[in-house]
Amino acid sequence: MAVIFQRPNALKDVSMHYCPGCTHGIAHRLVAEVLDELGIEGKTVGISSVGCSYNSYDYFSCDMIQAPHGRAPAVATGVKRCKPDCVVFTYQGDGDLAAIGTAEIVHAAARGENITVIFINNTIYGMTSGQMAPTTLLNQFTTTTPYGRIAELHGFPINVCEMLATLQGPTYIERASLHDVKHIKKAKEAIKKAFKVQLAKLGFSLVELLSTCPTNWGLSPVESMTRIEKEMIPQYPIGVFKGENLEV
Amino acid sequence: MGRKLLMRGNEAIAEAAIRAGCLYYFGYPITPQTEIAHYMARKLPKAGGVFLQAESEVAAINMVYGAGSTGARVMTSSSSPGISLKQEGLSYLAGAQVPAVVVNIMRAGPGLGGIQPSQSDYFQACKGGGHGDYRQIVLAPSSVQELYELTVEAFNLADKYRIVVMILGDGILGQMMEVVEFRDEEPVEHYEKPWAVTGHGNNRKQNIITSIHLDPAVLEKMNRELQKKYELIKQKECRYELYRHEEAELFIVAYGTVARIAKSVIEIARREGIKVGLIRPITLWPFPAEAFDKVMDMAKAFLTVEMSSGQMIEDVLLAVNGRRRVYFHGRMGGMVPVRDDILEIIRRMYDEHVRKG
Repeated sequence: MAVIFQRPNALKDVSMHYCPGCTHGIAHRLVAEVLDELGIEGKTVGISSVGCSYNSYDYFSCDMIQAPHGRAPAVATGVKRCKPDCVVFTYQGDGDLAAIGTAEIVHAAARGENITVIFINNTIYGMTSGQMAPTTLLNQFTTTTPYGRIAELHGFPINVCEMLATLQGPTYIERASLHDVKHIKKAKEAIKKAFKVQLAKLGFSLVELLSTCPTNWGLSPVESMTRIEKEMIPQYPIGVFKGENLEV
Repeated sequence: MGRKLLMRGNEAIAEAAIRAGCLYYFGYPITPQTEIAHYMARKLPKAGGVFLQAESEVAAINMVYGAGSTGARVMTSSSSPGISLKQEGLSYLAGAQVPAVVVNIMRAGPGLGGIQPSQSDYFQACKGGGHGDYRQIVLAPSSVQELYELTVEAFNLADKYRIVVMILGDGILGQMMEVVEFRDEEPVEHYEKPWAVTGHGNNRKQNIITSIHLDPAVLEKMNRELQKKYELIKQKECRYELYRHEEAELFIVAYGTVARIAKSVIEIARREGIKVGLIRPITLWPFPAEAFDKVMDMAKAFLTVEMSSGQMIEDVLLAVNGRRRVYFHGRMGGMVPVRDDILEIIRRMYDEHVRKG
């Protein structure tokens, strides 16, 4: 019997610890499928960060480094500069990348560092139980914005793709979403393109994935998907912000 | 021995690192050690390596973490406030057992302090400035020649034990120029690094560099293994110099630049008939307590001299362990202990412990 669907090689045969309805599993699978399809698992070094996906080294089967909070782009820089033929990617959440690690991501992007960044944006700190993130939407309730995020008190959400796209350094920046099959397919194309940009030694690539956190949002998995579409996409429009006409 | 060159201390460190096979340097400018970065920026591209000026000390040490994880010999350097920023990374390097060489050319603090020399980062270097139960090997050169030799040694020790080795100098050592006599060939030791992340090539198991272990039993086991390693280093790697210790009745304890001042004090005191010797720790961690046991029979008292309010003295007190009186003299803020002040203390110690005794 022909096998038409199976676990990607780059994903280990283990159960993940993520909450029901969390899209980390989808994002992991997409990255692993891309590593398989490009045949690069054996020369890839992944950098996991701090947050719910801190232990993604238990799920991906390539060589991995666990980085301090926010520092994954710097760690990735060190790896890539020593091993330019390795494929290096970071996997970071919004608290990691857009708060404590803002300097590291901005400067890795500005250097045009030849790495790929997978950026999971679910507008909240998941692992530490639902505090405000830099990406938290206005009026969104979190454990540290119990009356909703108010611009005058807490500032405005940060649109990472738009911000980084103002720099000369990055080659390819795209925001995709994981809320339905159609968008998941587009997200995979974006991830694949990001890795291909690196393989072609064209420089810095980043894919932001609009993601869920049903547990800390207090929504069901289905309601969470709807929230991405109805509430997140208006603030974080999907699309290519840099490298639209890039052929790789 | 090979060629002799007149070199600045900071440049001797950089040249030594390249000779030791360090092709990767990540750093951020800060006085008084910036010449290391200047030298690396000039030389590393020509040697086929990489010099990268990071956006901060925090980024620099994490670039070191990434580079060291691939098995490469890698170095960063900074001065006191910059080293404070690197402490996060140093703790992670220790936890993940990634080897690296870190240079701290100390200036006076606390805070932004000043740019003059100091030894006030002793606690931070030797007692763990970052979080967690960890140690790093701390080497304290006292001449430009020794900066060169100990830097080569630092890379060997780092790889041998998968540990951070810190070169702890001060602004005077970094800035002073002395003749360095280079070896024709460096004693570079090569260690297999089967743990490194380089891409597994589909022909070995995945390698993971990590310091997180959420299961307390697993984390305690990891800590016990670290402690075992530190114990081994304590037994094998203590280094010190005993100077004019023959028939000495009083001992000065000093490291780095201050040890040089101590030596000139000793010459004058000896001419006055006061028998003074010097214990100069070369490894500050592990602290060479055995040096004190060696001289204890003849020593009547010790004088610790530091460019700090008294940090190394705590290790001296532990080593002496109540057997003799320990005196202290220290200067702070970038002020350097002067010969005559130390001499005066030695004369008083002589009256108290030898003449009367």
